[in-house]
Amino acid sequence: MVDVTPHGADLIPPAEVGEMDLYHPHSWWTKYVFSQDAKVIAIQYSGTAMAIGLVALVLSWLMRLQLGFPGTFDFITPEAYYQFMTMHGMIMVIYLLTALFLGGFGNYLIPLMVGARDMVFPYVNMLSYWIYLVAVLVLVSSFFAPGGPTGAGWTLYPPQAITSGTPGGQDWGIILMLVSLILFIIGFTMGGLNYVVTVLQARTRGMTLMRMPLTVWGIFTATVMALLAFPALFVACVMMLFDRIIGSSFFMPAMVEMGEQSPHNGGSPIMFQHLFWFFGHPEVYIVALPAFGIVSDLISTHARKNIFGYRMMVWAIVGIGALSFVVWAHHMYVSGMHPYFGFFFATTTLIIAVPTAIKVYNWVLTLWRGDIHLTLPMLFALAFIVTFVNGGLTGLFLGNVVVDVPLSDTMFVVAHFHMVMGVAPIMVVFGAIYHWYPKIIGRMLNEAMGRFHFWVTFVGAYLIFFPMHYVGLVGVPRRYPELGDTAFIPPSVHTLNEFITIAALTVGFAQMVFLFNLFWSLRNGKDAGDNPWRATSLEWQTAGTPPPHGNFGKELPVVYRWAYDYSVPGAPEDFIPQNDPRPATQGGPA
Amino acid sequence: MAETTLGHADHTAPRPPGLRGFVADWSSDQRAFKGVSWGKAMMWIFLLSDTFIFGCFLLSYMTARMSTVVPWPNPSEVFALHLFGQDVPLILIAIMTFVLISSSGTMAMAVNFGYRRDRRKTAILMLLTAALGATFVGMQAFEWTKLISEGVRPWENPWGAAQFGSTFFMITGFHGTHVTIGVIFLLIVARKVWRGDYETGARGFFTSRRGQYESVEIMGLYWHFVDLVWVFIFAFFYLW
Repeated sequence: MVDVTPHGADLIPPAEVGEMDLYHPHSWWTKYVFSQDAKVIAIQYSGTAMAIGLVALVLSWLMRLQLGFPGTFDFITPEAYYQFMTMHGMIMVIYLLTALFLGGFGNYLIPLMVGARDMVFPYVNMLSYWIYLVAVLVLVSSFFAPGGPTGAGWTLYPPQAITSGTPGGQDWGIILMLVSLILFIIGFTMGGLNYVVTVLQARTRGMTLMRMPLTVWGIFTATVMALLAFPALFVACVMMLFDRIIGSSFFMPAMVEMGEQSPHNGGSPIMFQHLFWFFGHPEVYIVALPAFGIVSDLISTHARKNIFGYRMMVWAIVGIGALSFVVWAHHMYVSGMHPYFGFFFATTTLIIAVPTAIKVYNWVLTLWRGDIHLTLPMLFALAFIVTFVNGGLTGLFLGNVVVDVPLSDTMFVVAHFHMVMGVAPIMVVFGAIYHWYPKIIGRMLNEAMGRFHFWVTFVGAYLIFFPMHYVGLVGVPRRYPELGDTAFIPPSVHTLNEFITIAALTVGFAQMVFLFNLFWSLRNGKDAGDNPWRATSLEWQTAGTPPPHGNFGKELPVVYRWAYDYSVPGAPEDFIPQNDPRPATQGGPA
Repeated sequence: MAETTLGHADHTAPRPPGLRGFVADWSSDQRAFKGVSWGKAMMWIFLLSDTFIFGCFLLSYMTARMSTVVPWPNPSEVFALHLFGQDVPLILIAIMTFVLISSSGTMAMAVNFGYRRDRRKTAILMLLTAALGATFVGMQAFEWTKLISEGVRPWENPWGAAQFGSTFFMITGFHGTHVTIGVIFLLIVARKVWRGDYETGARGFFTSRRGQYESVEIMGLYWHFVDLVWVFIFAFFYLW
């Protein structure tokens, strides 16, 4: 499906969207700090997300040290382990991946890729970042609060989340966590409205929805999902905050705590699970869909071939997004809900495999007989496909009720979701950073450090999570800080745990190299030029690199073709930019 | 956008029928919703998201009410006022509902006069809407005071399930917050209309953007939404 305006310049639609009323900064503060420019906001979002992600990474090392060498480190008490685990999960899912994909890549790429000067409401967009920052600071403050951060597990299941046996349950930890989440959702909504309206209403001439790069499709669909899924988390957080602070009983049943009748009565913990997973499952795809979109563009660009089945790819993204709202209770098979309910959710869960498989086939078919350049973005894209397939296959196990019940709450689950929504999307994050850093900074990232980073991360991730599947199949439960001498756990599990820990620390070290590379290349990277990857989409056709305020020159670009005109037969070059009006045989860069 | 000298093509070509036409319409050039400004589109999408928030609140309330094993207090008795020697069920809520629905009427009139560029009438009608909204919040405060004095708390009440109090305060409180925010923004927009900011093209203090009379309509969208939500709260909480 090649969507090209047939006669080039003869068919230019008139401008429907007025010129944007841009805010022009006039001081250092409004230019770099309280900036309303989406590109600056994107960098702020990304920087904050990576900084807090670094905290979560360190927490994962501490957890692995405890699991690999239990009892060696005195300061990792069981309480501390739960706190590390909770904060690691919550930070990675919400404050790193969601913020980085939507706040970071969304802000940077959406206006550039659809040919807009900025987001439609730059001021609201700026507020979005600052509220996100406050949310992160509130979260971090819980490390220093009395009692430390919450140790309720990232799912925050009541009643244990707010009882005295859980770290932070009757201290500040859980309160700060809930407040931080509420702030995050408010901030995200402000940004999310911008992303959606910009995609829907502020595209440049010729940029129909079906000509948008799949990156924009992925981020757009994920944002719509987030706007509909986060409300459930918001409500759950508000209600749990009430339970904790003013003693209501939304989620808290009557129970005896520490030998005393608790003040609560008649609440439903299952209701929290429904609300949480109505958010929680779409959240998986909020993280995955931008990754799907970005990886499509990386593969197409670096294999110099048009994406296979563009229209199907778009429908698959939208279909996955819609389906993900009716699968949430597959996280709750062991919660005691009705078996027919489980049957319904198992069915919908397996149906999602269809559009997902379409996407995987299309990526592979895009690679087939392509002119594959094994650049860093391409390596990470390939790693994503492999990892995503691996993680997806174990999803088929866990999606079925009868198979899930024995595997539930084992390390198998941990291995599954780390492969499919931890490692796979983060591979795309890395690939995307190697791909777009040259546009954002104007310099290439160092290749040698990048390759070291790739191979250690890719191989290391498998060394960490492949053995973890076996550990889980043996029956090792998740969320246990220590296994002790348990009859059903063979000694080999302990050896494997040590092995995994060493692999995890090695992969962690590789991330330090990556972070160093980000800073080192700011000054020392090779000059990138405007379009180092010879890519077609609009962000590579800007007036300068990095793109100036307002993104494009005096005139916004006009789009004549889809984003995937690579290696068009008869064309003089192997790519034709989206804003090139000439027919393919004369097209190509000037 | 700078004036364009590029040729105009025939854009009135008929769209294909059925699903393809639907898709072609939605995905057409530059804008999915023709003639809809950014502000209006943003408000609609925000309201969609907000609908999910109220939806989750109400569903949680219904879950609690249906699954409780102790009696649920009878709203007709709880929300009755003792007037003229007899208990009148739901009378305060009826008045509150009437006030809020009336405010939707005045808001709609304000939008109409806004498009006729009648500054004075628009501003007055918006102020009237704000006054009705404030009256609503005031009556809600009265209702809260009455219930609290009768012993309703988020954790208990004299008549039955503890979730009655917690859902009541949470849902009406969240709705009341929406009304209050609406009143504040009504006053802000009314002041801008009164001063003629939308005619002189004065720039916003925070956003540094020029406002338009459309702000009145966008404000109206929000206000009607808050009213509509109240209708659902009224139906599910008070009438059930």
